[in-house]
Amino acid sequence: MALRRLSIGGNLDFDLTQEQQLFADTTRRFLADESDLAAVRELAESDVGFDAAWWQRAAELGWISLMVDESAGGLGLGSQGILYVGVVAEEVGRALAPGPLLPCSVVAATLSRSGNASQRSEVLPALVAGEATASWCFAEGGRSWSADAVQLEAKREGSSYRLRGVKAPVEAAGQAQHLLVSARCDGELTQFLVPADAEGVTIEALEGLDLARRFARVRFDDVQADEDSLVGSPGSAEQDIEQQLQLALAISCSESAGAVARVFDFTLEWVFDRYSFGRPLASYQALKHRFADMKTYLEGCHASVSAALHAMADGSAEAAMLVRVAKAFVGERAPAIVQECVQMHGGIGVTWEHDIHLYLRRVASNRVTFGEPREHRASIAGRLGI
Amino acid sequence: MVMESLDAFRQRARDWLAGNLPRLPADAQPWNGMRVGTDEARRAKELQALLFEAGFAGLCFPKEYGGQGLAPEYQRAFGEEAQSYEMPLLFNTPTFTIIAPTILDLGTEAQKRRHLPAMIRGEELWVQFMSEPSGGSDLAGAITSAKFDGDNYLLNGSKIWSSYAAFSDYAICLARTDWDAVKHQGLTMFIVKIHQPGVEVNQIRQSDGGAEFCQEFFDDVPIPLENVLGKVNDGWTSAQRLLFHERSASGGASPYAVGVSGRRRDTVEDLVRLARARERSDDSHVRDLIAEIHVLQTVQAQTIERVTKGIASQGLPPTSGAVPRLFGSLNGVRRSDVTFEIAGTESIAWERADSPSTVGNDYIFRQAWSLGGGSVEMQRNIISERVLGMPREAAADRGIPFKEVRRNAPSK
Repeated sequence: MALRRLSIGGNLDFDLTQEQQLFADTTRRFLADESDLAAVRELAESDVGFDAAWWQRAAELGWISLMVDESAGGLGLGSQGILYVGVVAEEVGRALAPGPLLPCSVVAATLSRSGNASQRSEVLPALVAGEATASWCFAEGGRSWSADAVQLEAKREGSSYRLRGVKAPVEAAGQAQHLLVSARCDGELTQFLVPADAEGVTIEALEGLDLARRFARVRFDDVQADEDSLVGSPGSAEQDIEQQLQLALAISCSESAGAVARVFDFTLEWVFDRYSFGRPLASYQALKHRFADMKTYLEGCHASVSAALHAMADGSAEAAMLVRVAKAFVGERAPAIVQECVQMHGGIGVTWEHDIHLYLRRVASNRVTFGEPREHRASIAGRLGI
Repeated sequence: MVMESLDAFRQRARDWLAGNLPRLPADAQPWNGMRVGTDEARRAKELQALLFEAGFAGLCFPKEYGGQGLAPEYQRAFGEEAQSYEMPLLFNTPTFTIIAPTILDLGTEAQKRRHLPAMIRGEELWVQFMSEPSGGSDLAGAITSAKFDGDNYLLNGSKIWSSYAAFSDYAICLARTDWDAVKHQGLTMFIVKIHQPGVEVNQIRQSDGGAEFCQEFFDDVPIPLENVLGKVNDGWTSAQRLLFHERSASGGASPYAVGVSGRRRDTVEDLVRLARARERSDDSHVRDLIAEIHVLQTVQAQTIERVTKGIASQGLPPTSGAVPRLFGSLNGVRRSDVTFEIAGTESIAWERADSPSTVGNDYIFRQAWSLGGGSVEMQRNIISERVLGMPREAAADRGIPFKEVRRNAPSK
């Protein structure tokens, strides 16, 4: 009897609408045609994290228009747009595609929501079209990835501001034209959109774990920011930052869930094909039981991400909690499952030649960005009232 | 007759509940099927009878069997409205969500008319006689025997781990009727009246000191032919139906459930209370543990929902019900560890005047989470073999008459 797999790692969501399913299929086809792991490996050897022309073709599929109003060139899906973003991120994770999906989505959504007229009419269409990219300057070195930890100073000088501080790590800043900067003005959270080539901005490339993702340290040495560069009004960025954090967490968790699903699939195939002592590895109960555990936690990853996305789409008050639950769970489980899959591969699993480490790099990196599981558990405890 | 709209039904249910059922106290403990005694059984029957008299019982059961013939959304609405009231939740599992749908699937017309209305009126509580002392995981290896004597089947042997059997009325029982057939082809499913001569029900004292489970001994118990559920020697098919309903019910999605627990099990309120009582709620390690349990329980509930949808939309095979079960078992163990850790010294030594610490005893009983309803090892076999399609374990009992299958060594 031929051995056959009955099930694959599965989709994030079992109740995608027809439009969402179509969108998922288009995205998957594009990534299958236009992105492969050989290209990812080539990028590892270069200074750039993605090919700008490739990114523009990806953006033409609508990736950055999903969270943007129609009036600013977006699809006008309203809060439902997040469900489509989840679909793209999952496919990006599955294909391990490069590109600044997360930072561009975050900046575009915020400009659509809180940007001024010129930001909406000049910057946003270029982001949507993939002609320009943006980064979100949020974390500050060793401090936590939370609004409370933001200390970059925005000093008021007449009608303009002077930015001083250091942001790191900032995803895709090296190739970005625009920087969304989370800062404090008179102690209150305030955000600015400044050109990446503004005077006083220094972008220093960092080496990174994820071969297809570049991080940078961005220094702001007395960067002049005029009133027009404010995003929202001074001192009122708390809400925007929370929305940005939720979106960033939703994207990175969707991506990790997609990546784990793919790794689980090819690892399951491997144990069917690999024989020891005259029988397939898949026939050993010691391994079967570990696959059962992995499948269980993989379904948990999909379930928690899907629940968070739907809460965000519904504008539910629970979204803040559920997106942190997803990060606490996926952040913990995704690298653990991939490590277990490395073990299933045996020696080949720890070679540079095998692709599994590319996935492990992605999910390990995603575990850390926007807060370790432990940070989110601390936040969850607070939200539980203790 | 025009069907009552969902909204009108909901309003009528709300009014009736407010006037007729007691509300649960605000600090009511979550429904816990493991802490049930005779009083709870009597009370559940009273409540179910009240629901029946008011026309709110068996909402999704066919009218000809005592139900209301309504669509699942009516049951869901009623369940939501009834959440904060005392409800006969004891009837949920296995009576309404497992046994009743199995009888609907396999029962004769006479069996349906005899038993389904009696369940819905609150007169019959049912249990399952499935596991045996010879081994719980190998269900089809049952050695309780039923031999036809010309008039009746005579039941001999023993069943175990049946919750609530001591105060229930009927059981569904899997027994071996043909020892010459291969393992899965010599079984028959029976309906057995529990309280009758020849049946001895003993409560088992558990490691935590409780006694919620029972063991039954059968000594030539006569079972009339009309109590065969399904076909003679085709009991494994009947058992599969039963297990299907058991899996479907595990997500709380069964339309036959009488209601849902007003106090969800999947909260960490009791852990928060415990941490505060021990003055440990400021300890960052304790806070991390509580948040961890909150995450696990939230994701467990989300996984139940996902898998239920996945099975319904055929994105996942029906056997995927084992996924949330395994998740739940693993979480139960972790939760027990965390609770024991937060409780600290007071869970191992307490004042004579105080009521005994349940935390310590719950920890002693911890592995019950990994055993009840199918051990985690069996869940892992199901997931790997029947969800992922990995090769089945070798078995030494296939293709030979069951009487030749090797069994446990005699006890010394």
